[in-house]
Amino acid sequence: MNKYLTSTFIITYLIAMIKTSIPILLAASGEIYSERSGVVNINLEGQILAGAFFAFLGAYITGSLFLGAIMGILAGMLFALAFGFACITKKASQIVVGITLNITALGITSYLNRAYFGITTSLPRVKVMPQVLVPVLNKIPILGEVFFSRDLMVYISLFTAILSYVIIFKTTFGLKMRSAGEYPRAAETMGVNVYRIQYISLLLCGGLAGLGGSYLTLGMLGGFMENISGGRGFIALALVIFGKWHPLKILLAAMLFGGADALQVRLQAIGADIPYQFMLMTPYLLTIFILIITGKRATQPAALGVPYDREKL
Amino acid sequence: MSIILEIKDIVKKFGAFTAINQVSLDLVEGEIHAILGENGAGKTTLMNVLYGLYEPTEGDIFLNQKKLNISSPMKAIELGIGMIHQHFMLIKAFTVLENIILGLESEKKPFLDKDSARKKIIRIANENNLTVDLDAVVADLSVGQQQQVEILKALYRGAKILILDEPTAVLTPQECVKLFRTLQILANQGHSILFISHKLDEVLEISNRISILRKGVHICTIEAVGVDKALLAELMVGRECELTVKKDSIEPGEVVLEAKNLFINGSNFASNIKNVSFEIRQGQIIGIAGVDGNGQRELIEGIAGLRKVESGSVVFRGQDITNNKPSDILECGIAFVPEDRNKVGSIGKFTLVENVILRTHHKEPNVHTHFIDYKYASKLTEEMIEEYDIRTANQNIEACMLSGGNLQKLIMAREIHTDSDLLLAMHPTRGLDVGAIEFVHQKLLELRENKKAIILVSTELDEIMEMSDIIVVLYNGEITGVVESSCIDKESIGQLMLGETNSNGRYQSSTISPGDYTE
Repeated sequence: MNKYLTSTFIITYLIAMIKTSIPILLAASGEIYSERSGVVNINLEGQILAGAFFAFLGAYITGSLFLGAIMGILAGMLFALAFGFACITKKASQIVVGITLNITALGITSYLNRAYFGITTSLPRVKVMPQVLVPVLNKIPILGEVFFSRDLMVYISLFTAILSYVIIFKTTFGLKMRSAGEYPRAAETMGVNVYRIQYISLLLCGGLAGLGGSYLTLGMLGGFMENISGGRGFIALALVIFGKWHPLKILLAAMLFGGADALQVRLQAIGADIPYQFMLMTPYLLTIFILIITGKRATQPAALGVPYDREKL
Repeated sequence: MSIILEIKDIVKKFGAFTAINQVSLDLVEGEIHAILGENGAGKTTLMNVLYGLYEPTEGDIFLNQKKLNISSPMKAIELGIGMIHQHFMLIKAFTVLENIILGLESEKKPFLDKDSARKKIIRIANENNLTVDLDAVVADLSVGQQQQVEILKALYRGAKILILDEPTAVLTPQECVKLFRTLQILANQGHSILFISHKLDEVLEISNRISILRKGVHICTIEAVGVDKALLAELMVGRECELTVKKDSIEPGEVVLEAKNLFINGSNFASNIKNVSFEIRQGQIIGIAGVDGNGQRELIEGIAGLRKVESGSVVFRGQDITNNKPSDILECGIAFVPEDRNKVGSIGKFTLVENVILRTHHKEPNVHTHFIDYKYASKLTEEMIEEYDIRTANQNIEACMLSGGNLQKLIMAREIHTDSDLLLAMHPTRGLDVGAIEFVHQKLLELRENKKAIILVSTELDEIMEMSDIIVVLYNGEITGVVESSCIDKESIGQLMLGETNSNGRYQSSTISPGDYTE
């Protein structure tokens, strides 16, 4: 195996780790907003998938990756809006609605994909996002190549994680958002409009999940496949627990998962003597494993998942 | 001294039900004005009208002689009206500082401005003699401290008028003293306070004037000076009340329960039960006195099988029941009225009928071959509602819809119906109004006359003194005195409650060491 442990191998591995972690990182960052405001957005998976498809469709039609990504964000937000209407306004069960909308997203994207592109042997493609070199910093050995010679989305994602930290813990909006997730009635007596805060948080979440989805198609593959999200939404949900609802911890957690995923791809390529299906399981097994270890200790927002009803005393 | 707030002929209807009818009050600057009334008299409804939570059906509110429409709590806060809810509106995971500034505009928008807020809060706290650690997480604070945070929160929002909804219901006696001191300072600083309560003593102690509500009607407003408890009780309930318990002396029968050298772990040192022994006989009420958190809960839960007894034994009618399953212990003839009637004593989302058969749903005649006989259960519930005068729309509403007093009566009814030899009653009258307390006391005395044994836990010293035959005083989980209630005074018990065991030998004559007690 020694021939693989060259610097090129390590650098390409680290790059793959970062790229793989981006969609999960964006979705998990979004989920923090939603859960901190008291809403478990189980629909995350569907929002990523919708984002992935519509971003690709948008980019394919307009030829602009930027417009594609915007489409992806909007698609994610649209699902979030539907979820919010059912769960915040109509107070339906977040679990039931979330699962239903996930299935809906899978159906819609698969259907539209076949309807628009037909069933072809060669995948319709767009060019993936180009490298953007960060001046000066990209000259640093190894780090420069790994972190500062990536595409725009990588920078945006890392920045999002840091920005989320500031928003959640340092702003009045963040305080209101957290109060809505802890004790909405108390928040309301202090003049916080809980419904409004929850909608805003959920839409932010949908937008970020949609953006994460668009990276799957526009940043990594350059095309769309049915169910391309492949459970990343659920991994992101687990990451939020693992990262204790804290954006920076979740950034590290996402890297860990990205690393596991990238590793199994490499191991497959090397041709290790294990059936590839087992390799594919790695990130999911890691999720289960980590949840078993950390899930019990995690203290979630006190009112998480409980629909808030203003009228009911 | 000018009138700051005046309400005129307020009517609030919920559908066909009139919660308050033509109530008029005025609040003078710098006074503490108590609103006294039984549970369900409309006190809280009235305050919710003032705080903008309910819109009055009729009537006007004047603030500084100006007619106003208080449409929301936000409006009320803007107008300088602050409310301290009975269930604190605090976010437990936040620090004190975060709780106080939540929802307010910041000078450094959009960022939080904790530094200047901190300065302002400290200034307000100092002015009003309030002490709280601004960086402490609310969940770590005692209930009394949390209440101080609530007051500080209202003051920070510029409240000139403070409404306190039964503020002492959740406090220990010491915390009450502190609260009263705070309220007095606030009033001296020119704040006006509306103090809602159904406790006669504290209303007399704290207020300048007292307004009495009964069944939604304003009975009268009187100066607190020169009024006695009996008169207040009569005005409040609408009939003469027995404020003191009259009990006949009963010859105790055979031993029902014997606790021997019990050790039970509690949540902290003070509540660890250490080497506790006592016995109780038929026809006796043993009162467990002590400041809240000195092991009373642990002791009762240990006996009931809800908490592990580390060593020692509990013998019930000659049978060792130590660490038996709770269901077996209840089955062998022990009834249990738990401390928390909402979470432990009843299931809020179940109907009254279902709550009544909680303990006996698996037994005839409530069940026939695995099917619950709801017809029988309904009849039983109906009888209990009748006998215990439980005020409810019907027996199929959820238990959480009952007021505290009525829910307590329901639980009492259920437990007494089991016809057990021993009743463990924890704080059976906590939070109840005069009428309901009288009723509960009567029921307990009836049981005593029927040769049942009762262990009564209470933090109300008067109740312990009046109801018990023998008083067991717990301090730090140890017994500091076992005394006959007839030969000790309140002050002496108070001293025992603070751990001063027989310090000067004064109680020696009346102190009976555990186990030695015989008739």
